[in-house]
Amino acid sequence: MSSARTPDDTRTVLDGAEIARALTRVAHEIVERAKGADDIVLLGIPTRGVFLARLIAERIRAIEGREVPVGSLDVTMYRDDLRRAPARALLPTQIPADGIDDKIVVLVDDVLYSGRTIRAALDAMNDIGRPRAVQLAVLVDRGHRELPIRADFVGKNIPTSKSEKVHVRVSEHDGDDAVLISGHAGAAEAEAR
Amino acid sequence: MRQSVTYLIRNAHILGGDAADLVLRDGLIAEIASPGGTAIDGASQDVVTIDATGLVALPGLVDLHTHLREPGREDAETVESGSRAAAAGGFTAVFAMANTSPVADTAGTVEQVWRLGREAGFVDVQPVGAVTMGLGGQQLAELGAMATSAASVRVFSDDGKCVHDAVIMRRALEYVKAFDGVIAQHAQEPRLTEDAQMNEGVLSGILGLRGWPAVAEEAIIARDVLLAEHVGSRLHICHVSTSGSVELIRWAKSRGINVTAEVTPHHLLLTEQLVTSYDPVFKVNPPLRSDSDVEALRAGLADGTIDAVATDHAPHTSEDKDCEWGAAAMGMIGLETAVGVVAAAMVETGLLDWAGVADRMSFRPARIGRLEGHGRPIEVGEPANLVLIDPHAARKVDREMLQSKSSNTPYAGRTLPASVVATFLRGRATLLGGAVVDS
Amino acid sequence: MKRHLLSSADLDRDDALLVLDTAAELAALTGRTVKKLPTLRGRTVVNLFFEDSTRTRISFEAAAKRLSADVINFSAKGSSVSKGESLKDTALTLEAMGADAVVIRHAASGAPHQLAHSGWIGGSVVNAGDGTHEHPTQALLDAFTMRRHLAGGKGDLEGRKVTIVGDVLHSRVARSNVLLLATLGAEVTLVAPPTLFPVGVETWPCATSYDLDSHLRDADAVMLLRVQLERMNAAFVPSVREYSRRYGLDKQRMSTMPDHAIVMHPGPMNRGMEIASDVADAPRSVIVEQVANGVSVRMAVLYLLLGGAQLGTGEPDTDDADTGVEA
Repeated sequence: MSSARTPDDTRTVLDGAEIARALTRVAHEIVERAKGADDIVLLGIPTRGVFLARLIAERIRAIEGREVPVGSLDVTMYRDDLRRAPARALLPTQIPADGIDDKIVVLVDDVLYSGRTIRAALDAMNDIGRPRAVQLAVLVDRGHRELPIRADFVGKNIPTSKSEKVHVRVSEHDGDDAVLISGHAGAAEAEAR
Repeated sequence: MRQSVTYLIRNAHILGGDAADLVLRDGLIAEIASPGGTAIDGASQDVVTIDATGLVALPGLVDLHTHLREPGREDAETVESGSRAAAAGGFTAVFAMANTSPVADTAGTVEQVWRLGREAGFVDVQPVGAVTMGLGGQQLAELGAMATSAASVRVFSDDGKCVHDAVIMRRALEYVKAFDGVIAQHAQEPRLTEDAQMNEGVLSGILGLRGWPAVAEEAIIARDVLLAEHVGSRLHICHVSTSGSVELIRWAKSRGINVTAEVTPHHLLLTEQLVTSYDPVFKVNPPLRSDSDVEALRAGLADGTIDAVATDHAPHTSEDKDCEWGAAAMGMIGLETAVGVVAAAMVETGLLDWAGVADRMSFRPARIGRLEGHGRPIEVGEPANLVLIDPHAARKVDREMLQSKSSNTPYAGRTLPASVVATFLRGRATLLGGAVVDS
Repeated sequence: MKRHLLSSADLDRDDALLVLDTAAELAALTGRTVKKLPTLRGRTVVNLFFEDSTRTRISFEAAAKRLSADVINFSAKGSSVSKGESLKDTALTLEAMGADAVVIRHAASGAPHQLAHSGWIGGSVVNAGDGTHEHPTQALLDAFTMRRHLAGGKGDLEGRKVTIVGDVLHSRVARSNVLLLATLGAEVTLVAPPTLFPVGVETWPCATSYDLDSHLRDADAVMLLRVQLERMNAAFVPSVREYSRRYGLDKQRMSTMPDHAIVMHPGPMNRGMEIASDVADAPRSVIVEQVANGVSVRMAVLYLLLGGAQLGTGEPDTDDADTGVEA
């Protein structure tokens, strides 16, 4: 557990201002790819993906001057690793009133790692409706994919070692905005080189 | 027939008192002397010497209440297997209850059980006769015929069922006076205990099991001591289980009513809390009661209000026990654990010394059952019915080690504080070094 | 959560809220076109019913199927099963078939407990009603229903007043409800004639009363228990008519309840006996909703018992995905 570690081996890789700039860029890219904000639905993956989705929606409103529907999609019941841990509590799934059929759904998550969460999200969405297209936006891509999945929009690529942990903090949930890495930095740098 | 062996028992503490040497010869206690003081030649090859240093010698134990299941349920127990269990438990005589199939309600059946006991040869099996035909509670069985049979029945009981009809009970109490018999009542008001599953109390409410209220036992005891007083008869109460029953019996005795009572080892040690496991090995009739009942029963046994410990040894096959609580048979085996349980409940707690144990497990039960040759003092010339107990040899109860055909012991895995080392029936060792000796 | 659900007492406050919160999320699924979740794919749930209860069995069956579990229904009533040994034999058969969970209904109190602790089977055991002992999933669905109507669908039932009326002595629903509602902070009053209270009820975490009328005015929920007609022959109450007059909820009595108060019944109802027909059909009656909520609650229970790794009771780490330590 990270709480057992000394603060010394935790380092900040993105601060609040950097996160804000990254999200603004991602918002621009989403609008550009979709050629406007029409038909875009942002679905955040709880917990922090939902806050990030809201932050992106605010920026799209600033750019395009219109509201983009934001929802949440809990993937717990679709995970492939359920039997490796005690049963988890479910998190809210809220699909915007107009649904997702024929929309461009942008899944929003904080960290892209193995890709298994996104695989589960695609399955979950399959039971809810049939979007015209599905895209993926993440704040951090830390590598180590185990499935053929890639992000369409990335806030920052951060090479890591598997022994490290990436912590995303968002002010609505954690009190401040930051991306932290804890664990054996040396291993990560060695791998990055 | 082989010449009978002479036993020299060295350094045994008779009734827990001073160490002494005993010589058993020709079925009798031939000699008692201070250690090393016997006239016998211990080196002779006709003499078997037993070093009983640290062991307690008591008169052979007498169980007023055993179910041997034969005839009828030989898959659960036979006279032979039950007799072996009794010898292993330190008993030299057991009273075999009448609720067999067919019921022991005729001279023929009681003689059959009595004869099977003699053939087995491990303990004296003294049949109990049924009070009513087929335990039906309606018509008296031929009590006189059983009394004058070869089995010389003196104890009559419908045990398993209560003689609930007051008129039948009165007549039975009166009738057995002709041959100094006694009615051993299974005190259970039947209507108050229909389909009862456990002690009625807070726990039965929580566990959703139908209650067996104390009042169902106490109401019958109250009625029957008054009946016994009215007709001037002798009454014995089986397996007393509640503090209220102890009080009633104490009151009756203080009035001079001729009543005796027994308590089972399990009611002295176990409580209803065990039922929370829903393990039918703890299902018994009367049911395990509360802590305060256990306390009252121990006190009653200590002060003599309760005269005897009787096992209510009730073997059941695994198919009758390995099932839902509600469907399971009632009863637990107890012959082989009785001494250990009494040691834990009464001796270790300081409530009884070993002389007291001899009184409650041998002298008094033999007297209640009018059994000749048992429950006699350990004196020269008396029948050599003896048990040697190691009061400090704690023993873990192992189902696999039991002599009984059944294994429904509630003590499996428990460690009991005392062990039976040797048992002698009229000078013959039926148990030696903890092992049953075949004749 | 423990590995089995045998009694409401197996649930502490956190467990109970976890079940209710999970059920709330799952209830949202009932509106979807695709109601099925893949969560328990490859798992086998056996419905082992030694006692008839089509309603409960169907509810568990729907719950298991919506989670994609394989469901085997074993109805033992009417077959050669009548006593004991068969529970063991049936359990051994189920174990050989690889049951991950056994949902058991049995007329003998404690049968689920024995199944769970006998070593006969390795899977989870869910008590779907045992004798006069407990029926914990009924209590959970009742609490879920109360929470929706009385607590905004969130949190516990702190301070809510619940009146439960009827044959407490023989009611597994009452036992399970008293335990669970007390855990959730509700104030329960049991109302029954003195003959239908168990010995020791004064030690239960609730109040008791012989008078229904005095416990309607401040009730947030009134739950009627089913009257078993055979009880009437065992001198528990003089007659159906007298019971109905003293303890039945009719329109007149219902009018003394606060406006927001709901009427509940675990079913099946004896209309005109413990509950008047127009009360059962009144807008404040949530009896039909109780049935619907039963599926969500049972899905939650099956998911929480089977969805994760077996054993272990650690804090569910819902942030695995966020911290990137999945897989």
